[in-house]
This record gives sequence, C-alpha cells and structure tokens, in this order.
Amino acid sequence: MTHPPSAIIAVCVAALLAAAPARASAQGSQDHQYTSQDIEAGSRVYSSQCALCHGVNGDTVNGIDLRRGKFRRSISDEDIAGVIAAGVPAAGMPGFNLRTAEVTSLIAFIRAGFDPSGVAVKVGNVARGQALYASKGKCGTCHRINGSGPRSAPDLSEIGAARTPAALQRSLLDPTAAMWPINRPVHIVTRDGRDLRGRRLNEDTYTVQIIDQDEHLVSLNKSELKVYELGKTSPMPSLAATFTADEIADMVAYLLSLKGMP
Amino acid sequence: MSHKRTLHWALVAFALAAAYPVVAQVPYDRIVRAAAEPHNWLTYNGGYFSQRHSALTQITPANVADLEMKWMVQNQVVGAWQSNPLVVDGVMYLTERPNDVMAVDARTGAMFWLYRYTPSDKARVCCGANNRGVAILDDTVFMGTLDAHLVAIDARSGRALWNTEVGDVNKAYSITMAPLVVKDKVLVGVGGGEFGIRGFIAAYDAKSGREAWRFYTIPGPGEPGHDTWKDDDWEHGGAPAWITGSYDPGLNLTYWGIGNPGPDWNPDQRPGDNLYSDCVIALDADTGKLKWHFQFTPNDGYDYDSVQVPVLADMNWRGAPAKLMLWANRNGYVYALDRVTGKFLSGTPFVKVNWSSGLDERGRPIQTPQPEGQPTYPGNQGGTNWYPPSFSPRTGLFYFAAWENYGTVYRKEESEYQPGRNFLGGGFTVVAPAVGAPTVGIGRRGPINNWTDEVGNGAVMAVDPQTGNVKWKFQQYDVSDSGMLTTAADLLFTGGREGHFHALDARTGQLLWRSSLGGQIVMAPITYQVQGKQYVSVIAGSSLVTFGLRDARP
Repeated sequence: MTHPPSAIIAVCVAALLAAAPARASAQGSQDHQYTSQDIEAGSRVYSSQCALCHGVNGDTVNGIDLRRGKFRRSISDEDIAGVIAAGVPAAGMPGFNLRTAEVTSLIAFIRAGFDPSGVAVKVGNVARGQALYASKGKCGTCHRINGSGPRSAPDLSEIGAARTPAALQRSLLDPTAAMWPINRPVHIVTRDGRDLRGRRLNEDTYTVQIIDQDEHLVSLNKSELKVYELGKTSPMPSLAATFTADEIADMVAYLLSLKGMP
Repeated sequence: MSHKRTLHWALVAFALAAAYPVVAQVPYDRIVRAAAEPHNWLTYNGGYFSQRHSALTQITPANVADLEMKWMVQNQVVGAWQSNPLVVDGVMYLTERPNDVMAVDARTGAMFWLYRYTPSDKARVCCGANNRGVAILDDTVFMGTLDAHLVAIDARSGRALWNTEVGDVNKAYSITMAPLVVKDKVLVGVGGGEFGIRGFIAAYDAKSGREAWRFYTIPGPGEPGHDTWKDDDWEHGGAPAWITGSYDPGLNLTYWGIGNPGPDWNPDQRPGDNLYSDCVIALDADTGKLKWHFQFTPNDGYDYDSVQVPVLADMNWRGAPAKLMLWANRNGYVYALDRVTGKFLSGTPFVKVNWSSGLDERGRPIQTPQPEGQPTYPGNQGGTNWYPPSFSPRTGLFYFAAWENYGTVYRKEESEYQPGRNFLGGGFTVVAPAVGAPTVGIGRRGPINNWTDEVGNGAVMAVDPQTGNVKWKFQQYDVSDSGMLTTAADLLFTGGREGHFHALDARTGQLLWRSSLGGQIVMAPITYQVQGKQYVSVIAGSSLVTFGLRDARP
C-alpha cells in the first residue's frame, strides 16, 4: 500500500461516518452506523464560526476544501486543531478560542464530509464495485480512471477524494439532478460551420472551453458561435432501476476508493 | 557638475529650506477642489462627492484601443487585493494586506518607501485581511489597521508619526476602510458586524491623533432610537461601518453607510428596527452630531449591509435643482434621497427582489419573508455590495456592479453573544442547480468557473436616477466585485472576478476595449495624469496594472 497512513485513516473515517437516516433506495442492516451527535454539533459550530469565510461547502478559501479533506497545512486531526487554535494570521485567519468538545465536533464534521444530519449511505465492497464498474455498469464506456478509458465523461481517478459518499450515491441514482452545471454536455456550431459536441470545462464572459467528441481541447470565442446549447440532461443513465441496493453500495465503495495517483 | 558646485547648491537649498518651511503637499482646500485637479486622485472615491468621475479626456472612445500596459506592481502577500490607490503630484500611495503602505512613482511603479505595520494576531475579521487604502492631508497619510488602530505616516519618509487605538481588538473591532479627511480631522469607521461589536464613526485630530468626536451607530440608553433595540441587544448589535463615507462641504455634512445588525441572520433575536443598522447617516463634520438618518432595511435578517458609497450629485429633480444622494443598496433597490433632509425620493428594484413587495411612500420596505427553506432574492452577498459606483454628470447615469439571479436560503438559530467570537444567528446556502454543487463565495475561488452562471451572474448597471430604470446593462458570466470609473470622455472602466478589464461606452454600454489580466478585479480602477500623460490603474489578482496610450515609436 502506497497511500500515506493519514490518507487511509481519512478514507476509513469518511466511510465510517457516512451513515444516518435511511434512504429508500439504499438501506441495509449491515451499514456501519455512526452516531451523528458529534457531526451534528460540529455542523453548528461550523456554521457559526467557520462558514462565513470557508463557505457552506468548505471550499471558498482558495486552495482549501474542508469537505473533501484538502488543506494547506494540516494532515492529521491534531494539525487541524492546531490551526483552529492558532489561526493563520498571514492569511487573515484568526485563532479561535473554542472548547475542546467544540474542536472535536468540528473535526468530526469536517472528516464526515459535511453531511450533518447524515444521509444513509451504505458503503459496500470495493472489489465487487470494481467488477460492477467494468461489467454490468459499463462505466468505462464513457469514464476514465488512472489513464484508461475515454475522456467524454469526467475522469474519475480522484472522485473518491472529491465527493462525499452521499454525493456519489446521488450521482449513481439520479445523474441529471446530481450533475454539476459545469459538466453539462454542449452542442456548438461556429459561424464558420464547425459542429462540435462535447463536455464543458470552463466558461467566462467572452469564451468557453470544451473537450469535444474527438477528445480535443477546444477554446472558442462566444461571439463566433452560431449555436451554443447546454444539455440539462446527463448523458449517464440512472442505475436505480438496474442495480440492487447492495450493488449501488459496492459501486459507492469502489468510487470512494479512487483517490488519484499515489 | 563638480563636487564643489554640488556642495554649494546643497548649502543654498538647505538655507532656503530653513528659511521657508516646506509647503504642505495636500492642504484641505485642495481636497475640497479635487475635481479641479483631475491629474490627481486625492480621496478614496476621487473627491468628496464620491462620484469616481474624472475630467481627464486624453483617453477617448476613439483611442482607447491603443491602451498598453506601462507598469505593474506585484503584491508580496496572498489574498484578494481590495486597495484603492491615491495619486498626488506623481506619487502613488498604495496599501497591500494586511497593513503595508507603499509610495511609488506613478509613471513607473518604482518604489520610494514601504511602511509595514504588523497588526496584532488577535485581529478578527469576517472576510479576509483586507485594507482598502489610505487618506492624505498635508504631508501625512492615514491608514486604519486590521487591529483597529489609526496610524499617521509621514508622506515623504514613510515613518509613523502617531498610532491611536480606535477599537478593542479583543472584541473583534477592525478597520479595513480607507479613512476620510475632513478639514483638520481624520474620520474612520469600524468593522466587526459578524462579531457583535457596537459600531461607531470617530474623528481624530490629524496632527495629534487625539479623538475629536465619536458617533455610536447604535444609540445608547436615553438617546433617540435606543428603543429600536430590546434589553441589552444594543450592546452587541453590530452596525459596523467599513466603507469610506462622503462629505458635502456646503452643508458641512458627512455621510456614512452603516452595516448589518447582529446576529446577522436571526432578526427574531433582536426585535425592533435596530437603528442605525442598514442606514445612511448624515453627521455634522465638526461635532459628529446626527443630522438625519434613512434606514434601507429595518430589522434585517439577510445581512444587507448598507455599506455602499454615498454618491452625491447636484442635479434637477422633478424640474428643480436638487442636492441628491444616489444609492444602489445590497437589498436590491436603487434609491434617490434628498441629502439635505434625508427625505426619500424614489426606490426601484434593479434585480429580482422577494424579501419585500415594495416600498411605502417614505421608503420603508414592506417585508415579505420567504417560507423556511425557500430562496430569498437577492442572496446574501446582495444585489450589489461595497464595490464603489460612479456617477457621470455628463451622461446623468449612475453606474454600479449588480449580481443577478442570485438567491440564498437562510437558516436562523439562536446565538449567544461572547466577546470576540462570531455572532451570526444561523447561516445560508446559495441556491445551486444540484445538491452540493459549487457556488459563489466571497471572492473568486479559482481559475475554473465550476459554479457557472446558474448560481448568478454579474452585470454593470447604468441607471437613470430620474426614473430608477436601467438604461443599459453589460452582462458578465461570473459575478463581479469591481467598482466603476467614468471619465469626461464618456468612458466607463470596470472589471470583474474573471480578470477581464473592460472599457465601455458610458452612454450605451458598448464594449470598446478589454484586456485579460488573469486575476480577480475586486476594487475600482482610478485615473490620473503625470507629465501630460493620462494613466488608468487597476488591481487584478496580486498585481496592480497601469495602462496608458501607446507612445509614438521612434
């Protein structure tokens, strides 16, 4: 195993903490149940002390994504506690004089990936999930992991670090509702007649960047477009009707294990 | 020149200097008449009326495409750079976070001196270690600090002259605004609206740093307006002032926008109108006595700070000459007020508004709180915010940055006040197309816009004050925190979070020129002239970039 120990702990904690009230499509008695008291308390401390700068999703400070465990300085829980206490004066973060219980709950909330009331997410078996990804799911028809597979859908190599278990489950069951707007499929016709289909990567007032059907990176001036259509429906089919709850749980487990190159 | 002759001239110069003391650079009457010397930028908003309108005309719609970069200063620290430079006779005074001041050659960016102040590590601010600039009077520049001190610095040597504590850092008082000099006093307000401070504006003697007057933005026991608070709520009700005010020398009134009441999102916890939160106040500049107030959002539950710049304009109103104040408020309405009396003249929504169904004849909003879990428009960052607007007397239009189609779902909860700690009363979520999808925050989060315009978009609005109607608007894909600059050549300069710096036709909104500067623009541009050449400076990301017309090539 090449992951640093702290990363493994973070994965396990995230998996362990991701539990709570049942959701019709994926519940089961073998869930790792976690009492959500700490997380719940942490969510209150977070919203009163942290959310103003770090944002509701924990990602509004450049270079930091608390929900997904991306920090500038911290690795361990102790590190996080240290930053909370001392602050980062150079970056404008003050030290917070919180009670020990508040700090503990805050770390629980951060490590739980900001699922405060908790959504029941069953996390199954990684190996079974990996097999389903290739066989029944045919996910590799569009997605790419660690260098293999096409690029038409978002690359999943680091998806386990980028999404909570609940978010992964939502994407599997209702891909359209869960789709981030930046990932919307695009259809573009330029004034000089190029017809492009693909996925949006970035956009601003004057330009749009896409990866097209031939997997080329294309940047276009919007003033030169005759047609610019954004699809509201995800090209990905829902797995709700074809997968059992246990299979969904296995898929979630596999996706959660994808943390990028070591 | 030989050494002997040099020495000779030096002695003569020294003798002259001894006989005739150095003339003060920027006496008060120069600031009053700032509009008459458009080659300089003497106050935060370019003059006491805060119009951010310059009489310079070398750069025109016809030649604006010939602008080129002349020089840059790169910031030495991380984080949003919200500073507004001053320019005095070829010298630019500029701050960077947390509390550095530099004096640079306004033609080249070469530095004369750098003053560094390290604020106490106890300093607490809601939204970053910002500083928005200095004020100048005579030979002294003045800066408020993150730990709520006011520092006077010699404009020539960069050495501190005095340092006065304005607010208690342990109770999370801070200063992020540029001070305002009026006559012989330095006026400054305090931040801390998210920490349960009791806000105030205070004036300090420019020579000694001694406090001359202080006006609390929450009335104490026995004062008018105290009954708009219950029990001890007034002691920690917020009402900060973190954006520089304006001044009318003819009326001797100074105007300040006041911020949100605390706790921010739980109005039930502080019943009453909560004066003077979310107000504009008019104070006697000599005494700090309140002349009038107008409240935009009574008992605010949405963090609709009224810390916008009070823009003063003399123009006809309903056919008669009038002294007006124009105000695009965070609550989504654009107002015209009579600045002599504070009388409400008009108020019109400029973005989608559902927290209120309209304004009554005195300008008081008819509040329509949304059901729990339902979005409120405009959202928490507002229809606009602190970003400086501009008024052009030539076009008669009022220009400001707006956030369109941006809403948030608010959540209230009971908060206990503890000194120096956040006092928020709940939280909010930005309305997004998918659960957990990225949203806009305070400042841009990175070069990839993965929140998209589905959570809101930016627009430059040009409003006709006579009607309150939007004459034209210039839409941007991402939201914008950029302020405005107009010139007598009918150009409008502005930017946005995407880092595009645009020059628009101030009459039509047509894009005339743009430059991609690669970092968010979170302050307004300024313009000035040195040795016959007009410059436009703007801060983008961690760089201040100065443009001028292309020089003739040999």
